[in-house]
Amino acid sequence: MTDYKEIAAKASEIRINSLKMIHAAASGHPGGSLSISDILATLYFGGHLRHNPQDPEDPSRDILVQSKGHASPALYSCLGLAGFYPIEDTITFRELGSKFQGHIDRTKVPGVEISTGSLGHGLSNAVGIAIAAKLDKSDRKVFAILSDGELQEGSNWEATMSAAHFKLSNLVAFVDRNRIQLDGWTEETMGLDPLADKFKAFNWEVLEIDGHNIEEIDQALNKAQGLGSGDKPVMILANTVKGKGVSFMEDEVAWHGVAPKDEDLNKALEELAK
Amino acid sequence: MGQAVKIDMDSTWQIGDMAATREAYGKALKELGDKNSQVVVLDADLSGSTQTKHFAKAHPDRFFNMGIAEMNMIGTAAGLARAGKIPFASSFAMFATGRAWEFVRNSVAHNYLNVKVCATHAGLTVGEDGASHQIIEDIAIMRVIPEMTVIVPADATEAYQAIYAVAEHDGPVYVRLGRAKVPTVFAEDYKFEIGKAATLVEGNDVTLIACGVMVSRALDAAKELAEQGIKAEVINMATIKPLDNQAIVKTATKTGKVITLEEHNIIGGLGDAVASVLSEEVDSKVRFKRMGVEDKFGQSGKGMELLDHYGLGVADIVREALTILRSGEATT
Repeated sequence: MTDYKEIAAKASEIRINSLKMIHAAASGHPGGSLSISDILATLYFGGHLRHNPQDPEDPSRDILVQSKGHASPALYSCLGLAGFYPIEDTITFRELGSKFQGHIDRTKVPGVEISTGSLGHGLSNAVGIAIAAKLDKSDRKVFAILSDGELQEGSNWEATMSAAHFKLSNLVAFVDRNRIQLDGWTEETMGLDPLADKFKAFNWEVLEIDGHNIEEIDQALNKAQGLGSGDKPVMILANTVKGKGVSFMEDEVAWHGVAPKDEDLNKALEELAK
Repeated sequence: MGQAVKIDMDSTWQIGDMAATREAYGKALKELGDKNSQVVVLDADLSGSTQTKHFAKAHPDRFFNMGIAEMNMIGTAAGLARAGKIPFASSFAMFATGRAWEFVRNSVAHNYLNVKVCATHAGLTVGEDGASHQIIEDIAIMRVIPEMTVIVPADATEAYQAIYAVAEHDGPVYVRLGRAKVPTVFAEDYKFEIGKAATLVEGNDVTLIACGVMVSRALDAAKELAEQGIKAEVINMATIKPLDNQAIVKTATKTGKVITLEEHNIIGGLGDAVASVLSEEVDSKVRFKRMGVEDKFGQSGKGMELLDHYGLGVADIVREALTILRSGEATT
């Protein structure tokens, strides 16, 4: 039995460390880091994504492409908790000379598979990795985490088309559907709905879940594996809340890319410790 | 990262043969595919034109037609390289470098991935298709990207060898290839090396530094100049980045007069690259002229006719050489 409480505790640690990093750097993206913490924790600590901190390039590992490179604090915290490096190191986030770059950088941080930051790249990169796995007849699973706002980049739809065309059943992508982008609500900025229908029309299997319910994430990933025996890539539309876990950040556009001040951090850590 | 394999070469063009660099690309790529199972090829609905069709026919399982979607083609190539493959991504140069520039920059170069962007139909010699397809900016926009290697083969022999060389090289590369048949200037015994200029004719009076199709024109101009008793040095600068600074310093010190020749905008290409070396590393008295497309768009016409129309004819080169020689007399 998967221990959902344990995964939820890891997600909480990801959130706490992410906010500490952003606070120390006095810059960064809290909102979108908090919204993907449960997904990352379930992938890495729920037994879904095979990884090896002793050998980050282990050929038998699975691969995650985090296309939303600005949510770097969440991934850096997750990889630290997974043992790729001491999590305390991440406090140098965004400092000159730090390996923890503002947007994730594969050349500096062990465990980061692809550098991203410019939106609309990650799904294409994941398609290439998934094609390679098929060519190599490998059982590697390829995961991608996309933001919802980034789906406004047209390149995602080129990638979406190609993943279905090449029957990449080894590819499972998440959309972090927190409905907020830098300038405001996605539906007011440039509407994305109906997203499920869009991906279905592009010949993907689509699952829709609560992206903060560990059990639902876990079961969706199990289900996605089952679907993988077919010939379609799987899209998990994860309905999330930007800033999840910190009351004053939740659903607040202002917390997309602003660092918490001392009192904000203290209040947030208090809430997350509960 | 994928390990490229060293492979013996077997080229087939004789000096004077008319052949397009894209033909040599198609041949070399198919052979590489035969010999190295890590080589994969992506195209964007132009495999019949780029000549990746030969690889596609021989190795259908390792050929990926991405449709008319160049950003995703480059992003996917990056993913394939991340998983250890040696991807060659092809389209027309306009789209592979222009449309997909930011993917080349961020997915490929910033990730330090082993992707070979080998694009055809570069420059004015695309011909009849006209300005929308005649990219004269690609050398500029590729050479400004950190970590990129930029190669412009002069003929089929050099293109063929360059494709083998880039397969062995670990890192992102742009290879600029052409549509038009151009005179073969290199014999089989020529050895292409990334980053090394080749002196084709030695001379003391004036230097012609050329790349691509302009190399054969530089050789023709040198012959005409020789008839007038002028000894021109002709240098093939196939690698624009990393540039062979030493070769430039050496020839400029020797002749004191340098002309660059390229089928590209005079802004940002070979000429500017050479100018940077001359201004920083060579005595300031060197006289210098960039010949290229004078910052204007092309138009429909036959490839070679377009080069003449835009001031890149053999007669133009001879005239500029004489001008630069005369300007030298006036100041001494």
